[in-house]
Amino acid sequence: MLRFVLTRVGLVIPTFLGIILLTFILIRLVPGDPVQVRVGERGITEERRLALLHEMGLDRPLHVQFFDYVGGVLQGDLGISIITKKPVMVEFLTLFPATLELAFFAILFAASIGLPLGVIAAVRRGSAFDHTVMGLSLTGYSMPIFWWGLLLILLFSVDLGWTPVAKRLSDDYFVDQVTGFMLIDTLLSDDPMNEGSFLDALHHLILPTVVLGTVPLAVIARMTRSAMLEVLGEDYIRTARAKGLGSIRVVAVHALRNALVPVVTVIGLQVGTLMGGAILTETVFSWPGIGKWLVESIGRRDYPALQGGVLVIAALVMTVNLAVDLLYGLLNPRIRHRR
Amino acid sequence: MPLLEIRNLAVEFQTHRGPFRAVDGVDLTLEPGELLGVVGESGSGKSVTMLAVMGLIAWPGKVTADVMRFDGIDLMSLSDSDRRKIVGKDIAMIFQEPMTSLNPSFSVGYQIMETLAVHEGGSRRERRRRTIELLEQVGIPAAASRLDSFPHQLSGGMCQRVMIAMAIACNPKLLIADEPTTALDVTIQAQILDLLVSLSRERNMAMVLITHDMGVVAETAQRVMVMYASQQVEEQPAERLFEQPRHPYTAALLEALPERALEKRLNTIPGVVPGIADRPSGCVFNPRCNFAQERCRIEQPLLEPKLGARVRCHFPIRGDVS
Amino acid sequence: MTDITLPAAEPVSRPISPSREVWLSLKANKGAMAGLIVIVLLVIAAVFADIIAPYHYAQVFKECVVEVCPPAWREGSDPRFILGTDAVGRDLWSRLIHGSRYSLFIGSIVVTISLAAGILFGLLSGFFRGTIDILIMRAMDIILSVPSLLLALAIVAILGSGLLNAMIAVAITYIPHYARLARAAVLTELPKDYVTASRVAGAGTLRLMLNTVLPNCLAPLIVQATLSFSTAILDAAALGFLGYGAQAPTPEWGTMLADARSLIRSMPWVVTLPGLAILITVLAFNLLGDGLRDALDPKLKR
Repeated sequence: MLRFVLTRVGLVIPTFLGIILLTFILIRLVPGDPVQVRVGERGITEERRLALLHEMGLDRPLHVQFFDYVGGVLQGDLGISIITKKPVMVEFLTLFPATLELAFFAILFAASIGLPLGVIAAVRRGSAFDHTVMGLSLTGYSMPIFWWGLLLILLFSVDLGWTPVAKRLSDDYFVDQVTGFMLIDTLLSDDPMNEGSFLDALHHLILPTVVLGTVPLAVIARMTRSAMLEVLGEDYIRTARAKGLGSIRVVAVHALRNALVPVVTVIGLQVGTLMGGAILTETVFSWPGIGKWLVESIGRRDYPALQGGVLVIAALVMTVNLAVDLLYGLLNPRIRHRR
Repeated sequence: MPLLEIRNLAVEFQTHRGPFRAVDGVDLTLEPGELLGVVGESGSGKSVTMLAVMGLIAWPGKVTADVMRFDGIDLMSLSDSDRRKIVGKDIAMIFQEPMTSLNPSFSVGYQIMETLAVHEGGSRRERRRRTIELLEQVGIPAAASRLDSFPHQLSGGMCQRVMIAMAIACNPKLLIADEPTTALDVTIQAQILDLLVSLSRERNMAMVLITHDMGVVAETAQRVMVMYASQQVEEQPAERLFEQPRHPYTAALLEALPERALEKRLNTIPGVVPGIADRPSGCVFNPRCNFAQERCRIEQPLLEPKLGARVRCHFPIRGDVS
Repeated sequence: MTDITLPAAEPVSRPISPSREVWLSLKANKGAMAGLIVIVLLVIAAVFADIIAPYHYAQVFKECVVEVCPPAWREGSDPRFILGTDAVGRDLWSRLIHGSRYSLFIGSIVVTISLAAGILFGLLSGFFRGTIDILIMRAMDIILSVPSLLLALAIVAILGSGLLNAMIAVAITYIPHYARLARAAVLTELPKDYVTASRVAGAGTLRLMLNTVLPNCLAPLIVQATLSFSTAILDAAALGFLGYGAQAPTPEWGTMLADARSLIRSMPWVVTLPGLAILITVLAFNLLGDGLRDALDPKLKR
């Protein structure tokens, strides 16, 4: 088992170094002089330009710059944002909880609906229910989620007036950022003015959660169904039935336990998709998270922010994939016991 | 009272080409403690017949029978939940592929204890003790240490022993063994067969042994039922069947046994088993039968007592039992 | 012990050609056929856009700028514009028809670039193994670990906004999928006897790659190509929506949604219709892709 873990971790390290190299190259491919980019339209004297280059360490040989960069990254130094002049890491950590909160609920939403739908569709394969679930999930999978968000806003916010249009909290409340998770911060706040802010935050979460969760929901439902179909045809399911077990026990214990292994893998692999989806969802709902920040950083030509963001997100995705890989080993006794 | 009584059992599946009868008109009576061999080629309907007894034919398969009674209980009118009280307890079944018939995600101990928990209850400790006992009875060495093993850690023969332990956990009156040795090594095959036969004798447990291996039947069964293309074509006590088969198909099967080959060339049965779509009219065996006559091509024979056997043939093979 | 298995059956019916078999299986799949019909209609719309569309996509009707012209099912509609006009008074129906050109164009270009590059990397990786293999596959892993939309955005941020750059960016993010498929196919095909046979017969590596191995691993690549046609349309539309893809006044569907958010109360049809066009197109390609996969994958056949 230890060896299994070490091999997997060992495989991830070169990829991570590759990511660092990629982001390092990325920012150097930007057309134009970095100093020019930084100062923008304003003119600058040659003397000042060289001074700035030196200040930014850009007058040194490329490999020295790279090792400096790697050293910085490993210490959590992702550079300084051109616009806010704050460390990129600080910016990221301030905004990340908003994205994490949204992503967490989206996956929860997707799994809690997608799993049962997939299981029932598999058990009743060929039925009208099965066809409906499969049709809807393919539609969900094909959904341009930025449009889906607008459509839900149109229906639930504009026409029905049930849900807020944007942001994480109504303007009536001022909640201090403690953890960054709005649901927790609203509960921590003891200001009487903030009474009801928890429900307000929850209210704001509904539409973005649905929008971000739609594609994972579709993927999970389809994957669960096909995994269940495969497992339900296995000999050991017939054995379980021959033992006189009830059909619920056969499906929920004997089949699901085995189908869950590929499904959990798929849920884990949705993290990358989820980060891509967060970019669009956060833009549609003006959700102050990483996705919106990245789009805005590109718009403001804040390359250090973009570079840092890409790096941290890639590292995150890799970590989650690694965790899924290890979890897969835990769930699958055939791997767990391999020596 | 017979232990198992079946009259006119049929199992029908829907296919793209319309309904297909996988089992057609099977009659069967089994006494307590009796050992019946069911012989036939793959796809002849022998497994499906027994799955129907177990109630394991899943929708959209359809089971019909005039009578299907086990130990005095009418299986046809039984609700699913009542049937589950019998299945796994009084009737148990083991399968061809022991490695895949056990759930890879649970320890073998858990899987045996689950059967006990469902049908007999009792305390955890009691079930555990009983499971170790069962594993010892089926000849698994160091049984207690095997409880937490997973199926993939055991050999095929060991897995089949675990399956048998699971099947006999609640002292069933009938054990159905569906080609229990086909997937195993030759040396293991005999051990498993011996185990099954001795368990059946010790416990007065009736057993249905499904196989395509005439040799296995000769060694174990008291009575033999032969199936061909969904139909039961002959039934006789084992000894008499080997001595004097009455159905031309049975006779051809026996002639195809290498042990019986008199010439250098092995006898084979000309032609192929009819598929789903090309069941012949009249007797299902007529296109391959050396004795077929006009009547065989038109009229389907019934399963009737003839010449001391039950046989589905217009012109059963005569010849005296020596 | 003896088996009584009887002689096996000779195939009775004449075997049908594989491509015909795939077609028959596809034809039996209602979803795939629906998808195919929609795709054919889209191609027709794209080819004959100038004839089908009543107006040029950039033609502005000033009267509709002053007072909005809603679509036919709304009160106060103008019979000339069945789907109404957009915020600057252009006929939405004409713009949607022209938009089909961009979507199909984006899909084709992205798939072509990524397919070609992916197959090249995959073949190189699979054939030469060793260092080349490790380098290529690590690079693919790196690309895969960055969410594709984010990577595409980052690439566009460097190359600059615009349709062409967006297509290149999206194409880069798909290369690993093809490379992995092609490599896996090569690794399964290489040890087979027919490859050894043509090697013995003196076939060079290039010939072996392109004439012997590649045709035998086309099936998964075709399925992947169909499916990534749809994701390409989605991703390019997303870039357009974020303002980094095709630029106005190009009638690309995603771009048409870019400023839709501010119009959501006053002109909801400007929001709903282009998105619906994207959804239908993407769904059609996914339906066809699913059908193709089922038809080409014998394991899933019933």
